[in-house]
Amino acid sequence: MNELLKNLTEAVGVSGEEKEICRIIRDLIADHVDEWHVDTMGSLIALKKGTGASPLRVMVDAHMDEVGLMVTGFDSNGTLKFDTVGGFDDRTLLGKVVQVGPEKVIGVIGGRPVHLSTPVQRNSVVKVDAMRIDIGAKNEDAAKGKVKLGDRAAFVTAYEELGPTAVAKAFDNRAGCAALVELLRARPYPFDLYAAFTVQEEVGLRGAQAAAYGIDPDVSLVLECTPAYDLPNKNDVSPNVALGKGPSVYVMDAVTVQDPRLVRHILQTAVTHNIPYQIRQPGGGGTNAGAIQRTRRPIPVATIAVPGRYAHTPTMMINLDDYAHVVKLAQLTLQSLTTEIVKRN
Amino acid sequence: MNNLIKKLVEAYGPSGFEDQIRALIWPEIEKYADDISVDALGNLIAHKKGDGSGLKAMVAAHMDEIGVMITHITEEGFCRFTNIGGVYPHTLLGGRVQFADGRVGIIHSDRITDRSKIYGLDKHFIDVGATGRDDCPVQVGDAAGFHREFVANGKMLSAKSMDDRIGCVVAIEAMKRLKQTPHDVYFVFSVQEEIGTRGAEAAANHLDPDVGIALDVTLTGDVPEAIPMAVSLGKGTAIKVKDAGMIAHHGLVQLMKKRASEASIPYQLEVLTGGSTDARSIQIANGGAAAGCISIPCRYVHSQSETVHADDVENSIKLLVELLAKPIEL
Repeated sequence: MNELLKNLTEAVGVSGEEKEICRIIRDLIADHVDEWHVDTMGSLIALKKGTGASPLRVMVDAHMDEVGLMVTGFDSNGTLKFDTVGGFDDRTLLGKVVQVGPEKVIGVIGGRPVHLSTPVQRNSVVKVDAMRIDIGAKNEDAAKGKVKLGDRAAFVTAYEELGPTAVAKAFDNRAGCAALVELLRARPYPFDLYAAFTVQEEVGLRGAQAAAYGIDPDVSLVLECTPAYDLPNKNDVSPNVALGKGPSVYVMDAVTVQDPRLVRHILQTAVTHNIPYQIRQPGGGGTNAGAIQRTRRPIPVATIAVPGRYAHTPTMMINLDDYAHVVKLAQLTLQSLTTEIVKRN
Repeated sequence: MNNLIKKLVEAYGPSGFEDQIRALIWPEIEKYADDISVDALGNLIAHKKGDGSGLKAMVAAHMDEIGVMITHITEEGFCRFTNIGGVYPHTLLGGRVQFADGRVGIIHSDRITDRSKIYGLDKHFIDVGATGRDDCPVQVGDAAGFHREFVANGKMLSAKSMDDRIGCVVAIEAMKRLKQTPHDVYFVFSVQEEIGTRGAEAAANHLDPDVGIALDVTLTGDVPEAIPMAVSLGKGTAIKVKDAGMIAHHGLVQLMKKRASEASIPYQLEVLTGGSTDARSIQIANGGAAAGCISIPCRYVHSQSETVHADDVENSIKLLVELLAKPIEL
């Protein structure tokens, strides 16, 4: 059992309320870094000093927030109105168990039983504003005694390993966080490495924007978990990355054209060390690379991601070999990163 | 000047992949700059020193062009693609693209069953002459720009990437003609404009100018059933007042009008209801800058035959030189 992945995915940290996951990561890295602090927005920034061989300042980012819910109101019958934090398909929510607020009050997003629903109801999507979280409170006052307006709610999904794969909530992006923890536990790099476990990615790359401004790096690498879409498909159409085929390397998404020299360096590193890789399908989506690239001055950026099925639902699935390969590829990429690689002429 | 225009508009340079176009522009400006640098995103920055009495000015013309990127190669060797910037399906059928190595591909679509419909990009593919996935010479993640020869019909100049290589030409010519300036001028040949004015954003955050002037194309209202717009081809350079991303600095607009009148440069006032330029990024970078835009009127923007008028190009160069050669009081 990968205890690191288990601990990080089972911890709670919905965008804007990342204190719990932040503390857990802090305790995991404190002995392996030279200094650390938490910035005003809540991102955990750690410095692992380099050997002095390279003058670069390198920022490695992994966002620690996860998508979730927020309590927005109380009904007289004691159920909770809520809204989503981050991107959701409403259909994934009904019937799921959630933990609400700092006290982790257990609730369920109630669904109408099939016995009591009409065929018309069963054929239409229930929108999030019609759903309620039921924490078993008998009325509004009882509910207010257990949770507060504005409390976040996260899914309750235990980490489990199924042969080569693992299922859990929040692999997006605790898989990236775990990889970054492993990078910090390894030997020093030729340069000063600033690890940024950032907040509020899921609501618009916000934590990384502030963190990049503060760190002012020369180069940045983002570690992510990207949606895999490798289920059976009858047409030969664009698939996204697949589980088990290695780290996915970004070239272009909706917010960033990744630095072509860094991308080349990553791919060459993979080939040299016999690490499988796949190009993440260019097009939509976005990572913190977009915020880091342009916040203070132009920065070369790249993103390496663990492919994950069922992103932004209560349960995701990754392949543990892919995860291990992401750690290895990121580490080797960084160890061999030089000023020449990112020089423009 | 048409030789320079032809050289630049036919070059390869979709957003994020501007190395080749940058290499073409560099030697054109080398003699006219005090120093030249390239930043991490690939912006080409040419600094022309002032006499110390003026402002810090950033002039931005973007080198990148719209294009496509390969997302998937079918078993038969056809390439599916996504857009880089504003690429519209109705401009594509039978068109051609060029890859970084010069390879040309043909764009077509899946079988059209309803001619009254416009099919999405996902129904289009690029044929690069492969017979299957294994001998396909391009890969997922490869970027391509459009491929179309420069044509001069008298003073009407048409090409695939007038947006914004013509702005680059204006910047280059202005650098040549600007003998002395009170201002510290940074001519930025910017990257990634077509995907969200990203290059200029990073450059402006770094350079922190007092004044920003973008050089870019704008739409016209002089073609059949155009959106009403008081800008026509051949009637002068266009001074931007507003677009969808920016209200130009009022003082700068007034100064542009004044300088144009003084020098008898014909101009039109531009109010563009959609789209924006690098000036948008410069205006709100760091603590903000007085930003405006000298626009070159252009028909058929984001098609493979973007068309400008040589007189408008000339008048845009003149206005930029007038502006930079004299004091800027805002």
